[in-house]
Amino acid sequence: MTASTEVFEEVLVADQAEQDDRFYYASQWSLIWWRFRRHRVAIVSTILLLLLYLLAVLPGFFSPYLPSTRFESYQEAPPVRLHWMDKSPEGGGFIGPHYYGYEKTLNKETFKYEFAPILDNPIKLRLFAPGPEYTIVGDWTSTVHFFGTDVEEPPPFMLFGADRLGRDLLSRTLYGARISLSIGLIGVALSLILGVILGGISGYFGGLVDEVIQRLIDFLISIPQIPLWMALSAALPRDWPVLKTYFAITIILSILGWTGLARVVRGKLLSLREEDYAMAAKAAGTGESRIIFKHLLPGFTSHLIVTVTLAVPTMILAETALSFLGLGIQPPAVSWGTLLQDAQDIVAIAQHPHQLIPAAWVMAAVLLFNNVGDGLRDAADPYSDH
Amino acid sequence: MVAYIVRRSVMLIPILLLISLVSFAIIELPPGDWVTYQIENLRASGIELNEDEAERLVKMYGFDQPAWKRYIRWMRGILFKFNFGWSFQWGKTVNELLGERLPLTLLVSISALIVSWIIAIPIGIYSATHQYSVLDYIFTFFGFLGLTIPTFLLAMVLAWYIFKLTEFAPLGLFSIEYMDEPMSMEKFIDMLKHLVLPLIIIGLNGTGALIRVMRGNLLDELKKQYVITARAKGVNEMQLLFKYPVRMSMNPVISTIGWILPGIFSGEVLVSLVLGLQTTGPLLLRAVLAQDMFLAGSIVMILSVLTVLGTLLSDILLAALDPRIRYSAAAAR
Repeated sequence: MTASTEVFEEVLVADQAEQDDRFYYASQWSLIWWRFRRHRVAIVSTILLLLLYLLAVLPGFFSPYLPSTRFESYQEAPPVRLHWMDKSPEGGGFIGPHYYGYEKTLNKETFKYEFAPILDNPIKLRLFAPGPEYTIVGDWTSTVHFFGTDVEEPPPFMLFGADRLGRDLLSRTLYGARISLSIGLIGVALSLILGVILGGISGYFGGLVDEVIQRLIDFLISIPQIPLWMALSAALPRDWPVLKTYFAITIILSILGWTGLARVVRGKLLSLREEDYAMAAKAAGTGESRIIFKHLLPGFTSHLIVTVTLAVPTMILAETALSFLGLGIQPPAVSWGTLLQDAQDIVAIAQHPHQLIPAAWVMAAVLLFNNVGDGLRDAADPYSDH
Repeated sequence: MVAYIVRRSVMLIPILLLISLVSFAIIELPPGDWVTYQIENLRASGIELNEDEAERLVKMYGFDQPAWKRYIRWMRGILFKFNFGWSFQWGKTVNELLGERLPLTLLVSISALIVSWIIAIPIGIYSATHQYSVLDYIFTFFGFLGLTIPTFLLAMVLAWYIFKLTEFAPLGLFSIEYMDEPMSMEKFIDMLKHLVLPLIIIGLNGTGALIRVMRGNLLDELKKQYVITARAKGVNEMQLLFKYPVRMSMNPVISTIGWILPGIFSGEVLVSLVLGLQTTGPLLLRAVLAQDMFLAGSIVMILSVLTVLGTLLSDILLAALDPRIRYSAAAAR
């Protein structure tokens, strides 16, 4: 028994040495990846976030209907339930995914319309079913949807219910994701450009320029953003085409959004400039720009990625808030903010709580980004406490 | 101390100037000015304005002058006559409108700040002294939620949920039955009931951040040698905690006002809109939608100035509480 444990321990020791070697030879990025991998919440959040973006890239495929299709007489219908077991009177047992159409009745007491499923007619669902034609990119169109039914003229399958005009809320949420999720990325990309340029200038030149840019950042941080964003978006004409408004909004968001990134760039440039290896490069006669881009920039790219990841949800929220107030994306274009406009009246929500579903999506996106950002922050500096 | 206050106040001047410039830029930003728009409106509705009258209107509002002259005119009005301009949409002076709304904005914002302190500081102390306990994890989790969940969405969801559970609509400042009543004890209690939700929601964002700061600082302090010395001497644990480390870790918390205040004013605008509080928030939205830019610009300016003044106050408070800041400021001179 003792002999076998000894062998086992020897293997362990060898493993340990190998592990150490692996650690010492690993590149910075593999170290970051190893550390990030340990962060379970961040990994799960990353996967969910990628799925969310997949939905946002192909809203036509994943949504059963077009965002503008109106189902008359289905106004504010509650979510349709997905069933697996046959609920019809004579049936019973498993028949696969299906749903039941709604019967609309007027409640004589409250004078409100009530929707009840017609249980004797199950409508079977299947994957990759034909549906209304949608465009993927440019002229490339398709009629295949992620799920649907082969039944002729089926009652609408509205998993998230319908809005005030009888449009499918699921389809609208998915199409809204396209604008809301991409505006975060583009807005942050713009902020990143501004932040790297201004923060770089500030950290590189120092002196008066640095002082001016720092005071500008202090100023921008010290004033409340939402009122300023609101006032700036007032200048956008309401009749602009969607794309133009979209880019105008991203510009407005990044005007105030670059400060955090600029601070990271400047702070890291200033501290890394004093490191021995930067000094050595300088002593070896390396040019300033080569030092910055070849030696210093890789040193804080990971920190930049963290700041960028944490800046995206702020952008998404800002767009949602502006569109919610009617100052951002204008209907008929759909974003999560415009969808929430329907949920402004609390008494109306109390009757149709499904109108709040887009809010849950916004919160989910924001939380996921924050989780990923947190995980990245822990992994960004892989040489600490080792 | 006086020198410190003076120096800090002088540093404020360029920031105030910048705020006024940005606010004026906001006023000027929308294409076309209000008068041309109004004249066009009048013409469209059939009222024929002759050229003289149109010109008189343009002159009256100073739209025939270059932008910098209008800026000086506007600033002179504010600085010497305390006159922020004219709201075209309401047909009232901006002062009058702000006078109606600003007190409530201040009440809500300052109370929200205080509420977030009252919630965050005890939780921060508890979390630091009971590190990695179950409650610590729970508080950290809620602090994280407070930091990440958008205030206005939370306001919508919570208001709906409270309405669903209790039939009490936490909207506006008063219930309908008290709307036209004179102030009484019942009305005051009713008002407090309506204020609880907005205060907690607006304060929540800051609360999450404050818990983190307080917990982190106190943990650092508790590791220091003077704490160990005191404990070795046999000082009562509670006395020890509140007499030194808590006091020390409060200082950074005070300095967080500077970056919590902008968030509170921002959150206040959105939450007031959702919950129907008649603060400057809804006023700003209406002004922005109607392109009533003097009003919009003035609100942005006042909110910004208030934030900056709040930061100044917190800096002065910090210097008063922490002699090291006073001395280092004096030494820097």
